[in-house]
Amino acid sequence: MIKLENVTKILGERRILDGVNLEVRRGETLFVVGPSGTGKSVTLKHMIRLMTPDEGRVVVDGEVVSEAAGKDLERIRDKFGVLFQGGALLEWLNVAENVALPLREKTKLSEDEIDAKVMEKLTMVGLEKDMVKYPSEISGGMRKRVGLARAIVMDPQIILYDEPTSGLDPVSSRMIDRLIDHLKNELGVTSVVVTHDLHSALSIGTRIAMLTGGKIVELATPGDFVKSQVDEVQQFLESQFITVRGEWEKKGL
Amino acid sequence: MLLLFEAILCMRHLFKRRNRVEVLRQMFTGGIKSLAVITVVASFTGMILALQTGIEMRRFGQEVYIGAAVMVSMLREMGPFMTGLILAASVGSSIAAQMGTMVVSEEIAALELMSINPVRFLVMPRLVAMAIMTPFLSFYSCIMGVVGGGIVGMTQLNVPWSAYIDNATRFADNKDLFVGMLKAFLFGIIIVIIACHQGFATTQGAVGVGNATRRTVILSFLTILIVGYMITRFFYV
Repeated sequence: MIKLENVTKILGERRILDGVNLEVRRGETLFVVGPSGTGKSVTLKHMIRLMTPDEGRVVVDGEVVSEAAGKDLERIRDKFGVLFQGGALLEWLNVAENVALPLREKTKLSEDEIDAKVMEKLTMVGLEKDMVKYPSEISGGMRKRVGLARAIVMDPQIILYDEPTSGLDPVSSRMIDRLIDHLKNELGVTSVVVTHDLHSALSIGTRIAMLTGGKIVELATPGDFVKSQVDEVQQFLESQFITVRGEWEKKGL
Repeated sequence: MLLLFEAILCMRHLFKRRNRVEVLRQMFTGGIKSLAVITVVASFTGMILALQTGIEMRRFGQEVYIGAAVMVSMLREMGPFMTGLILAASVGSSIAAQMGTMVVSEEIAALELMSINPVRFLVMPRLVAMAIMTPFLSFYSCIMGVVGGGIVGMTQLNVPWSAYIDNATRFADNKDLFVGMLKAFLFGIIIVIIACHQGFATTQGAVGVGNATRRTVILSFLTILIVGYMITRFFYV
């Protein structure tokens, strides 16, 4: 569905992506994990042409995104919904107006139809009672859920999540995980999730890709990922919880 | 210039109700909210003009002509110039900071992804609003300046109000008003285009937003001065 073919991106003097090859399959939830500054968000931005590769190309459903422009690019982008790291909500619009924005700007739906659709999506993310609040009046977790409601309001085929659980408490994080999983199971949405949160990746991921030094060093199912012998994967696993488990084992817990 | 050209092309969307509403909102935010500061600055500008010229003219017994001096100065130069500088410092910096913050927090990227043209959605309503409001505010500042000058004339220079107004209206002509309004119109456009351009070019987070705001004010001031001089030269030399 989405293919990154030998994608290289150089920012300044740094080679952020170095010949990345990655395929996202239809209907799966692919997690891209890795240390900070290894190009996870950059990878995501290439899929929707917020960035263009210096070498290589990005293909979505057979169409080369990295070369698309105008109406073609618009048509490709219509397949995507994106949850940005901070929600990227417009501060002068309230929650309902933020979610309604793509419908008002891109469809000819009546106000009643728009209201119904907004209510449906906000109910899905559990924010139907906060419709009239402004982004400055809600928490970080709620902002992300509003961002998610806006991302899915046009019923996209693919949803990209940029650090959906970063900065959230564990309860809110798991709520976001459940929403991602729900969208995959109920609506058949293809998801690409960029995260540090290995708990999310192992819980709801179909496959996990490990990005380090601008390269994909591992791509496996959660079960195989934890057994990976790749050094970078082992270090990443240890840094998140294997070390902690080791401590527990030492203490006989 | 490209941004201005694109914004002008986007004006065909003005017929949509929500765009018209946004223009009105921007007219209120950028224009009406600036009335208070413009009132104070323009009044005192007129008062200072009247006092300075009046003191000199009194030496020749010609202080009754301060009305003409204040009116012509305000209409031709001080009205649009002061309005332009105030709006560059208040509205221009505010627009640059808002656009810059929207870039940093990925709101502009989100708009692009939703296939909502940021120029149509953000720049065009501000451009139309300021192109309308700046001449209006400039005219208003001229009135306030003339009133301020009249008060100084009456209280400090013993010039009767009727004589002051009579002189003010006799020496100013329609060309002064037209040139002043043209300047204000162009200043409004200059402020919005520079502010949006600088805002959209923001990088490096909060520091970048600060830099964009600072550059907007400096560039707007310089451009207003240069364009103001060129227009004066074109129409009066």
